[in-house]
Amino acid sequence: MSAPRVLVLRTAGVNCDFETEFAFERAGGQVDRLHLNALTESPQQLLGYQILAIPGGFSYGDDVAGGRVFAAELKRRLADVLGSYLSEDRLVIGICNGFQVLTNLGVLPGPYGADRVPTAALVDNDSQRYEDRWVHLKVRTSKCVFLEEDDQMFLPVAHGEGKLVLEDTALKAVKDQGLIALEYVSADGGRAGYPENPNGSIAGIAGLTDPTGRVLGLMPHPERFLLPTQHPAWTRQDPLPEHGDGARIFQKAVRYFS
Amino acid sequence: DNAGIIRFDAENDDCLKVETHNHPSAIEPYGGAGTGIGGVIRDVLGTGLGARPIASTDVFCVGPLDLGVEDVPRGALHPRRVLKGIVSGVRDYGNRMGIPTVNGAVCFHDRFVGNPLVFCGNVGILPRDKAFKAARTGDAVVVLGGRTGRDGIHGATFSSIELSSESETVSSGAVQIGDPITEKKLLDALLIARDENLYTAITDCGAGGLSSAVCEMGEELGAEVHLERVPLKYDGLTYPEIWISEAQERMVVSVPQKHVDRLLALCAAEDVEATVIGTFTDSKRLHLFFQGNQVADLEMDFLHDGLPEFHRPATWTAPEKLPAPALEGRPTGDHLRAVLALPNVASKEWIIRQYDHEVQAGSVLKPLQGESLDGPGDASVIAPVLGSNIGLAIGCGLAPWIGDLDPAEMARLAIDEALRNVVATGGDPEHTAILDNFAWGSPDRPEALGALVLASRACYEAAVAYGTPFISGKDSLNNEFRTESGESVSIPPTLLISALARVPDIRRCVSFELKAEGRALYLVGQTTGALNGSHLYQSLGVSGGEVPSVDLVAGPRNLRVVSDLIRKGLVTACHDLSDGGLAVAIAEMAFSGSIGAHIDLGLVPSNPSIDTWAQLFAESPSRFLLEVREDDRAQVEELLSGVAHARIGETGGERLVIEDGGEILIDEALPPLKAAWQSGLAVMESHRQGDNES
Repeated sequence: MSAPRVLVLRTAGVNCDFETEFAFERAGGQVDRLHLNALTESPQQLLGYQILAIPGGFSYGDDVAGGRVFAAELKRRLADVLGSYLSEDRLVIGICNGFQVLTNLGVLPGPYGADRVPTAALVDNDSQRYEDRWVHLKVRTSKCVFLEEDDQMFLPVAHGEGKLVLEDTALKAVKDQGLIALEYVSADGGRAGYPENPNGSIAGIAGLTDPTGRVLGLMPHPERFLLPTQHPAWTRQDPLPEHGDGARIFQKAVRYFS
Repeated sequence: DNAGIIRFDAENDDCLKVETHNHPSAIEPYGGAGTGIGGVIRDVLGTGLGARPIASTDVFCVGPLDLGVEDVPRGALHPRRVLKGIVSGVRDYGNRMGIPTVNGAVCFHDRFVGNPLVFCGNVGILPRDKAFKAARTGDAVVVLGGRTGRDGIHGATFSSIELSSESETVSSGAVQIGDPITEKKLLDALLIARDENLYTAITDCGAGGLSSAVCEMGEELGAEVHLERVPLKYDGLTYPEIWISEAQERMVVSVPQKHVDRLLALCAAEDVEATVIGTFTDSKRLHLFFQGNQVADLEMDFLHDGLPEFHRPATWTAPEKLPAPALEGRPTGDHLRAVLALPNVASKEWIIRQYDHEVQAGSVLKPLQGESLDGPGDASVIAPVLGSNIGLAIGCGLAPWIGDLDPAEMARLAIDEALRNVVATGGDPEHTAILDNFAWGSPDRPEALGALVLASRACYEAAVAYGTPFISGKDSLNNEFRTESGESVSIPPTLLISALARVPDIRRCVSFELKAEGRALYLVGQTTGALNGSHLYQSLGVSGGEVPSVDLVAGPRNLRVVSDLIRKGLVTACHDLSDGGLAVAIAEMAFSGSIGAHIDLGLVPSNPSIDTWAQLFAESPSRFLLEVREDDRAQVEELLSGVAHARIGETGGERLVIEDGGEILIDEALPPLKAAWQSGLAVMESHRQGDNES
């Protein structure tokens, strides 16, 4: 099969679209970067893609709350086609602000329904401020096509609203169904306190998948660790690895279609 | 143009601009700093036919954080409030723009209380065929982005008058209001328009708003503008207000008539407002209309060259030289910890973490480095073309504590420091450009102007000696604060030098922290006894003697040799010696690498009759401390043979041990040294209220 087509969706305030495009291209995807307005003009275009990526940034300035307006715009303009897209064998990844969009849409933790009320939210960090730092992560799910169970990764976070909170029933469901995709851990893989868990997320959750395993939302930025020289202490490493840890996420997604 | 443009690689050029936004930040720190960064981003976006902003820098000069509340003059804000506000302003604007803030500095000084300094810089990259622009007769004048309001009227004038206890009441209308998302949309749209060749020239609306943007573009041609067409935030503006408003997030482009429809459609698709407000003519005059009436008719020549040249007296009286103070006893670990904890020297992690320094994914050497990712890198390195190994090192230098003592030496020291920083990480000194920002007191005072003349001459001499061109610059004069009692307090003369160096291969970059035990430590450069203005003296509250002095022959040579060693892969760690001298450099390298070191001051290449205080704490320029593998020592020593250098010790153990020919002066565990260094800005960590004072 040929390279899957990837749509990197951007709108006002999205700012990680170029590096997300680079990440999928490097993994072998065939990528288009498209503005929400252009997609709205002919929504059926969406069904021409196998992977939808909602990149990081401050969509619409994060007015009201992170990702809230972008999610509302998607719901208002594209609810039907989004429902069709999600019901088929296609992938969605939301990174940082994109994860916030997916929780606001109710796509995560899912299952998605057009009239579904969100059960998860990404709120202000416990530190009450934006922080850029690197975190250790462990994959906790076996069902997410972007991830390998038990894989460990070292990736940067950069956000002010990354603390995942879930309603009690939703938290139980997420745990029972194995939807916790990524957990913040300490350097030796143990339980993470601040700053290893940089925002105070419940159960150290850094990323969620949905019951189909085809959707991934995560606060860390895998697209910022594709090259060995992006590691914050690469000058201490010898030899350098060929890829950064984040590359695995994009490679697995592209390989899913081959 | 807005900024000088230099070569980057086979396809791209790059550019750098640094602006000040001092007076707005004094009365409204959050908004002042935010619009400062917003403004300099537009400068880069308006350079050539438009550069993509790839990195931001921020340098702040504020009053002491422990200033008593009762000592804050009426009309001024407490330095903690100022710093909190400007950091938040840069954070919220820079992060929303998706531009990494990668380099900066913070200086503290009593005379910045009433008049803090905020320097905001931006680096851009543009295709090589987009460096030149020229509007043409018949092109449409199109304004894009934000709407025009009454905010920022006379902003430029406000920047050039003395601050006082009345400024907040009298001048707050001159402070602009920022909206980063409007600017981000503008940036996205303009770069697409640039690549589609839809316009012939572009300029940002900065000081003077539309008046300066349109007249700069139409200088050789002439222009006709219909001011009622300018989109307004609200009704009621008079036409002069529309013409000179400094409302933010606006750019002007000249668009050939055949491209106007496409440009307007593109902007609509990007949710950017774009409006044709006039035409570039061939009249060589400015014609302004409002609701059908002509309201201005002026010659372009008069607008550009009509201002008579100023002639002002400049004098300089060197301050009386005091003898160097006699320091009692010998340097100890207590002295080292005291210097490490000075806010000027201490960790700026509280600030850096709040900035997204990795967006765009180009970071190679981040501002925080070392084993625990919290040590102070010399410069940041980015690789703006993803997948390419060509990089840019971005560094800065300033020494306001020398400004009063010797403005020319201050200038040379700032240049040397900026260049040391970029070279220490792997930047090529033969492909480095610098930029000046003079922040000064009132030029009406002959002594202040005299200091400016001396500093400018020193810049010229040093640029020639180092072979490093100034590609841009900006001055900010009248940085004075008049207190209620009528006393005018001037900032110390302050020159910020920013450096931008090409890194030929990012895989050869080195970070500053120690890497392994059993390696040799080489000190490159001569240490002198000049300690006046040093951080040791600041920590002891004394002054006197000589200020450090740049050797314009040895300085460039040291840079070239160190650059050569790094490029050959012979150096495993490199740190420049700056604030706090050798003592601070070796301490930072050790605790950031979690590896001890043992050095002998008796081996330090230094002038005769120098004492251990100077050997440890002098801030003599053009010096580097290198970590070298034992196997490489012979080759390193051969390459160092033409410059002052010595092997002063080796790495290993868990402590920092500093001896003087057998006598142990300092023997410290690393964690307390790091704790002291991390304590300097602790007062800001605990000062959380007002974190989101937007």
